[in-house]
Amino acid sequence: MQAFLEAFRAALASLMAHRMRSFLTTLGILIGTASVIAVVSLVQGFSRSISDQFADLGSNTLTLQPYTSFADASLGKENRLSFDDVDLLRYRVSGVGDVVPIMAVPASGVGYRGRTAVPQVLATSADFTVVRGLYPQSGRFIVDSDDKSRRRVAVVGTKAIEDLELPEDPIGEYIRIGSDWFKVVGVMEKRGELLGFSQDNLVILPFEVGRAMTGNEVRPRMSVSFTAEDIEDVEALRERVKRAVRIAHKLKPGQEDDFRVEAADSFVKQFEQITGTATAVVGGVVGISLLVGGIGIMNIMLVSVTERTREIGILKALGATRRDILVQFLLEAGLLALLGGLIGIALGYGAGLAVASAIPNFPPAQVPLWVVLAAAGFSALVGVVFGIMPASKAAALDPIEALRYE
Amino acid sequence: MIRLTGIVKRYQMGEEVVMALNGVDLFVDRNEYVALIGPSGSGKSTLMNLIGCLDTPSEGRYELNGRDTSQLSDDELAQVRNKEIGFVFQSFHLLPRLTVLENVMQPLVYRGLPRAERKALATRALEQVGLGSRLGHRPNQLSGGQRQRVAVARALVGRPSILLADEPTGNLDSKTSAEIMALFDELHSAGQTVVVVTHEPDIAAHCRRTIRVSDGKIVEDYANPPRAQVA
Repeated sequence: MQAFLEAFRAALASLMAHRMRSFLTTLGILIGTASVIAVVSLVQGFSRSISDQFADLGSNTLTLQPYTSFADASLGKENRLSFDDVDLLRYRVSGVGDVVPIMAVPASGVGYRGRTAVPQVLATSADFTVVRGLYPQSGRFIVDSDDKSRRRVAVVGTKAIEDLELPEDPIGEYIRIGSDWFKVVGVMEKRGELLGFSQDNLVILPFEVGRAMTGNEVRPRMSVSFTAEDIEDVEALRERVKRAVRIAHKLKPGQEDDFRVEAADSFVKQFEQITGTATAVVGGVVGISLLVGGIGIMNIMLVSVTERTREIGILKALGATRRDILVQFLLEAGLLALLGGLIGIALGYGAGLAVASAIPNFPPAQVPLWVVLAAAGFSALVGVVFGIMPASKAAALDPIEALRYE
Repeated sequence: MIRLTGIVKRYQMGEEVVMALNGVDLFVDRNEYVALIGPSGSGKSTLMNLIGCLDTPSEGRYELNGRDTSQLSDDELAQVRNKEIGFVFQSFHLLPRLTVLENVMQPLVYRGLPRAERKALATRALEQVGLGSRLGHRPNQLSGGQRQRVAVARALVGRPSILLADEPTGNLDSKTSAEIMALFDELHSAGQTVVVVTHEPDIAAHCRRTIRVSDGKIVEDYANPPRAQVA
């Protein structure tokens, strides 16, 4: 242990003795780590912001949505849910709490005082706020009586207000959707952009109104969010819903589901999978630059061993074993790479922050601790691995030859 | 105590086999003061390397303090060097980046002694050679004589059974040479076994016994006449 401590001290001293050379040697590792950290911090920041967007969704919320397999989609087929599916959930599956159908209303455009815009028009019911965790920032949301009496009211998003040039407080104004006029009763809270698309460019109508507007179409674009009455029961409920919908859709055994029942967080999981893959790919590519950096370290360590032949000879004469010498040079290589890695982490994080703040609406860079630890650990490992050859060369030197070396 | 029996050392030099040592028998007892002399190429360096456990013989037996070292591995030899041998070299061989104190502490690192203890022992050894006030200096801030004293302190710090000096005055002027030899005389009087490799008769005259090596063999081995006075 004493010898190890001393070897550590000696390695550090030797690095400090040639500061410039040490820095240049580790530059490859430094740049490699900096790029890994910069890229990962951006991807992670991005993925964190997306996870946050979905975090409001309750964990007892499930969503039934249509699913079209890729093979079917390429044949032009598209599966949709029907209003019967909504009723099925409401009345025929036990354990279902709130049922919130969310329907895309095919509208030719939204108008206000001669201006037209094309926001997303959704029709849904009062419990949307609870199930999705989205609330109006002023005015009110759709209420049950709006549905029952098919009141022509609308809740608008902030982007839609902007596009239509509605007054700042648009409540009480009338907007035209298709050929019908709707009174604005509320404004949804601002959510910002996701992947460059505004999430506030929307108009929400009572579900029954939307249903009437879709006319004869029995199968509109629709998904149904619903809660489980008992949070412990979510998985079982999911199976019950699947079975019920399969029967309702008259699917034969063995035939693929034409729908999906997903927990709210499964979107997040899918997204995390994508960013995870991206991180891994980028990490792999940049990892190659770390290997190149490692080769640089090996190169300089070999030079250093030759240069310090006499020193090694002296140490051996004083009683250093092969292992003592090996440990010292390995530590030196490892420390060199680790220092480069640490500086690289700091620089990379800085670069990530700078890039994130330079791009408008880009989420702030995030570096998870495990990435920092992995980057530091990996760079040290690169140093040690590429230090093995020079270090064993040093350890194997013959003391007599080494002492004679000029 | 050194006992060499039938030592042969062969080197392969390309096609040729060179006999560096060809049947050497030697006994050096505790607290002897021996000069090893001979022209270059005589095999005296090879002999010194063997005595210093830097090398192993091709044939024969080397007992150091009763222990046969001729079959030891590299690492075992390193441990023997660390405990039993104190080297003093012609060109000092100090580590330039370390301070005087750290240089002297270095051999103790390989004994696994804690830092405080290493420091205490090294300080004492440096005081013994009269350099107690130069602990924090770097070797390049010292004169040749001072550097060699540091080297002697480093050789002594581990209390080796043999002090093995290879041309210790080769890089020093005559005055400093005399000082270093006086230091050796003093160490010998204090009970230290000293082996000096040299080609200078003056230096050899300090010793009590002279061994002359030539063509890989010991050709002369005699007790020096006692010196009239020590300068």
